Amino acid sequence: MIGIIDYHLNNLRSVQKAFEKVGFPSFISDNPNELMKAEKLVLPGVGAFGTAMENLNVLGLKDVLDDHVSSGKPLLGICLGMQLLFTKSYELGEYAGLNFINGEVKQFPSTVKVPHMGWNQVEIVNQSPLLKDVEEKSFVYFVHSYFVEPRENVTLTQTEYGFRFASIVEQGNIYGIQFHPEKSQKTGLQLLRNFAGI
Amino acid sequence: MIGGFANHKISQSKNLKNIFVLAKRIIPCLDVDKGRVVKGTNFVGLVDAGDPVQQAKFYDAEGADELIFLDITASSDNRSTMVDVVRRTAEEVSIPFTIGGGIRTTDDMREMLRSGADKVSINTAAVKNPQLIIDGAERFGVQCIVVAIDAKKVSDGKWKVFVNGGRTETELDAIEWATNVERLGAGEIMLTSMDRDGTKDGYDLELLKKVCASVKFRSSPAAGQEVSSICTMHLPSPMLMRFLRHQSFISGGSRFNRQKIF
Repeated sequence: MIGIIDYHLNNLRSVQKAFEKVGFPSFISDNPNELMKAEKLVLPGVGAFGTAMENLNVLGLKDVLDDHVSSGKPLLGICLGMQLLFTKSYELGEYAGLNFINGEVKQFPSTVKVPHMGWNQVEIVNQSPLLKDVEEKSFVYFVHSYFVEPRENVTLTQTEYGFRFASIVEQGNIYGIQFHPEKSQKTGLQLLRNFAGI
Repeated sequence: MIGGFANHKISQSKNLKNIFVLAKRIIPCLDVDKGRVVKGTNFVGLVDAGDPVQQAKFYDAEGADELIFLDITASSDNRSTMVDVVRRTAEEVSIPFTIGGGIRTTDDMREMLRSGADKVSINTAAVKNPQLIIDGAERFGVQCIVVAIDAKKVSDGKWKVFVNGGRTETELDAIEWATNVERLGAGEIMLTSMDRDGTKDGYDLELLKKVCASVKFRSSPAAGQEVSSICTMHLPSPMLMRFLRHQSFISGGSRFNRQKIF
């Protein structure tokens, strides 16, 4: 079963509904005991990085994530959830992240309209089972003001918005998607199907 | 390795091409009256056009990029009907959608967002109380806040903003208002030409061009007024047009391919 982590920031129903559409049941929970039993975890999220980390700590969910990842089970971070996988963020200050993937979260430069919002394309730079049947230059739906800068070669796809940033990353059993697969029609649903099938 | 900023110093005025890589969006805008989709011309002569959730599913399946529901009843006793539409739509579609009509406070916004809408659109309330744009953007982020502008031509090169579903003329100049709402924190503008609404005569390109030129990202609309030529129209990303009115969208019968602006 896929566990969707509720850390009290937003409406998670659309993520659950998207998994349902591709035939995989999931549950939403903020309870560490329930989430520990999940075969796969999804960390969604819209909101501020600092608040998100604080909520994860207060709710005892950071430990769940640590255990889940070290046991080798798949974890998918979406949007802010992807950014939380990294070492640290400069969103409204400087905050330590979950540090599963080496890298930083930075703000878009003032030369581009922020937030980066709308349909943009993914360019595949590294193949992976996560990208099965995902076409090069597929359009997906983004809403974000910060982007990740990985220090290692973990990028599966990149997206151009003034420059190229990592839009999907993978490191071992850890996956991150910067856009919203649950709002990205067929391509998004395919990614969720692939993650669920890993 | 992801490119840093150093190699990408972009002059905003010279090289929009490099910045402007978002796709154009085809966004059906559905007017909802007492829980039913309705279709009118020049804001009047409404006829029933179906169940909003069924329509939303149809457009999602056909490849629309986003959806907008405008609750034209917009009375507070109708609120629960709209919340129900939002909740059921969120269950069914896998594209972002915006809800507008009768939203007067940030608590109203919160109710719609919590029910599953991705963005909220405000019109009359923003004109009466521009602070609402600031408050909404601060509380939920600019990506959530759409300001709808209903504009009507009053003389050569002049458009006035109308509110209350097009019934009340204001003193506001549409172009100046567009600039203001962007400054206050609107993430997007949904511009409707009251003169062209529902007429299938295409967009008011003169108005569009002026508004585009006044918001942050400049762009020059090209192309004519045929539905089929919309895909070559150059639009800035913060600009949401009522791309296709409901009826022509269906009768057009074509599927939509997302294309880049350039």
